[in-house]
Amino acid sequence: MSEVLEIRNLHARTEEREILKGVNLTIRKGEVHALMGPNGAGKSTLAYVLMGHPAYEVTEGEVLLNGTNILELDPEERAHLGLFLAFQYPVAVPGVTIANFLRAALNAKRKARGEDEISVFEFRKLLMEKLRMLKMDPSFAGRYVNDGFSGGEKKRAEILQMAVLDPEFAILDETDSGLDIDALRIVAQGINALRGPERGFLIITHYKRILDHVRPDFVHVLVDGRVVRSGGPELADELEAKGYEEILRELGLATPAAV
Amino acid sequence: MATPAVDLLKELEEYKYGWRIPDVYVFKAPKGLNEDVVRQISHMKEEPEWMLEYRLKALKHFLERPMPNWGPDLSELDFDSITYYIKPAEREARSWDEVPEEIKRTFERLGIPEAEQKFLAGVGAQFESEMVYHRVKEELERLGVIFVSIEEGLKQYPELFRQYFGKVVPYTDNKFAALNAAVWSGGSFIYIPPGVKIEQPLQAYFRLNAPDIGQFERTLIIVDEGAQAHYVEGCTAPIYSTYSLHTGVIEIVVKRGARFRYTTIQNWSTNVFNLVTQRALVYGDAHMEWVDANIGSKVTMKYPSCILLEPGAHGEILSMAFARDGQVIDNGGKAIHLAPNTTSKIVSKSVSKGTGRASYRGLIRVARGAKGAKSHVVCDALLIDETSRSDTYPYIEIEEDDVTIGHEASVSRVSEEQVFYLRSRGLSEEEAVTMVVAGFIEPLVRELPMEYAVELNRLVQLEMEGSVG
Ligand SMILES: Nc1ncnc2c1ncn2[C@@H]1O[C@H](COP(=O)(O)OP(=O)(O)OP(=O)(O)O)[C@@H](O)[C@H]1O
Ligand SMILES: [Mg+2]
Repeated sequence: MSEVLEIRNLHARTEEREILKGVNLTIRKGEVHALMGPNGAGKSTLAYVLMGHPAYEVTEGEVLLNGTNILELDPEERAHLGLFLAFQYPVAVPGVTIANFLRAALNAKRKARGEDEISVFEFRKLLMEKLRMLKMDPSFAGRYVNDGFSGGEKKRAEILQMAVLDPEFAILDETDSGLDIDALRIVAQGINALRGPERGFLIITHYKRILDHVRPDFVHVLVDGRVVRSGGPELADELEAKGYEEILRELGLATPAAV
Repeated sequence: MATPAVDLLKELEEYKYGWRIPDVYVFKAPKGLNEDVVRQISHMKEEPEWMLEYRLKALKHFLERPMPNWGPDLSELDFDSITYYIKPAEREARSWDEVPEEIKRTFERLGIPEAEQKFLAGVGAQFESEMVYHRVKEELERLGVIFVSIEEGLKQYPELFRQYFGKVVPYTDNKFAALNAAVWSGGSFIYIPPGVKIEQPLQAYFRLNAPDIGQFERTLIIVDEGAQAHYVEGCTAPIYSTYSLHTGVIEIVVKRGARFRYTTIQNWSTNVFNLVTQRALVYGDAHMEWVDANIGSKVTMKYPSCILLEPGAHGEILSMAFARDGQVIDNGGKAIHLAPNTTSKIVSKSVSKGTGRASYRGLIRVARGAKGAKSHVVCDALLIDETSRSDTYPYIEIEEDDVTIGHEASVSRVSEEQVFYLRSRGLSEEEAVTMVVAGFIEPLVRELPMEYAVELNRLVQLEMEGSVG
């Protein structure tokens, strides 16, 4: 099977209503896709559904990871297959250090793949290397997961986790939001360092800024639960210049009700 | 209400210490409690007359005193169906080779001799009603450290013993203190001479083996001026469908400038009523800490107390309770401020799972004249399931104006978002919930010596296993 994440006609809903209304998107390893779209369009919902969040019910469509339909799998099984989600709102786990958490996560993944556990020593080395890459203080590893973190620290911690867990497909949900200028550059450098033929990215963002640092291969626009336009990196510039309203008008689509 | 067989089987699978060996004893009292049993115990221990009289007075008080009705339901506790005294061996050994083979194997399985060699300053091991083994490192003995069974304490150090016995926890304190005073057997007697600092912990291990029995250990610890030590007790029992009773009394005196820490890792099987009185008298500038982790038992009632007698005395109580299906753990702590500038801190972490109920009950009392007293209470409850429950009963009695009292309480649930976040990183649902629980109790686990921290985390993990589905 080719190394690809394929989203086909994906429909998903909460108890109240349908949010994803037939999303199609194909991400190959080595590619960086940007996903943009107005607030409430369903970007985070797409990310969550890909990862297996229990709040959403998939009513139609499929998601193939290297040919396997992952929609029946538990979130951890998807993680073991190499899927990673950097959360828009990372969750605090007080009392659990980043180091302990990440070692447990990495070992769970290795175990599921029939690999040996990483030794405490090897893990430490790996973690320190990634902290250095992201210009983070080593003491950060001893802090409790997202507990009392600033907005920017949370986003950086997500990238750190991605770097350690080494996924095949990474979805970054607004990882650039809330970062100061320097942090944005560092995070972008981190993403670029992890970019390569072995990995695909879906970068959800509202801002062209990050895309100036991490040049995407494709840009998609999600509106009201559907991808309404796709294009190259120049689409991000066009969006920035015109805004969603005009793009929608050009497509002959109605502006979704404000959220 | 008997435990349904299915639950019992499940528990058998999950409770790692639930195995038993055939009964081992050289003497076993008939079931039930009366004057004859008390006389028999005292006689077998070759006690002085005053102790027999003390026991008999306590028995009378126990029989007259009503059951406490302010806490957990104790109606299933039947005092007549319990065996109050089982003597497992002829004498207490000073080397494991002298311990009867089956009993020795029990403690080996629990890892006690190994731990003794690795990191303990001294060990006591109690099987049923008596200490079967006691030993402290020779260099500590040479410094004058006493670590013997309570019976040996009474025999070898009668004056020191009598000066303190029953003074910290009088038999009139509560019904179960009276019961213990009547039938006490086993436990440690410890004396740390002035200025002696013991780095490694002293440990006592309590094991119940036979069904329907009561264990009534009595521990008396005197930490003389400027001395420093750490004592750890661990407890386990096999699982039976009938109830066992564990009613200990722990009396501690921490003299001027001394520091003492008493750590409990209680992991009784779910058929044990665990009703314990623990109290410390804390003198000027001395520090007393109770670290109290309660994982097992059917019902636990336990409120370690610090009576802060002189200026500068500091008392700390860190308690952790983990109640699973059908378990009720009612614990917390008491700090009684009787002198100026005394300080106390109570931190309680309770985890309730399934139909378990772990609650905090605590008292802060500041007497008139205890100016500048400071106390801070933090009690956090974590509920794992919809059916889990926790209550908080903070009692505060303040007779002095010039005091600083803080109280924080929180109740939280393991949230779906936390579990999803952790699962998205590759942890199973069970691992995720266990990690949230481990994080919740971390502030307490951090206080334990490494070996016990590892042990406690492992116990919590075991409690969590096979639980999410
Ligand atoms: N669990 C949920 N329960 C109820 N409604 C939900 C849930 N998740 C998402 N929604 C709704 O679905 C819509 C899409 O939400 P989503 O978070 O996916 O948007 P988004 O595109 O990520 O927006 P933003 O750019 O603001 O992050 C919103 O109207 C939101 O309120
Ligand atoms: Mg979003």
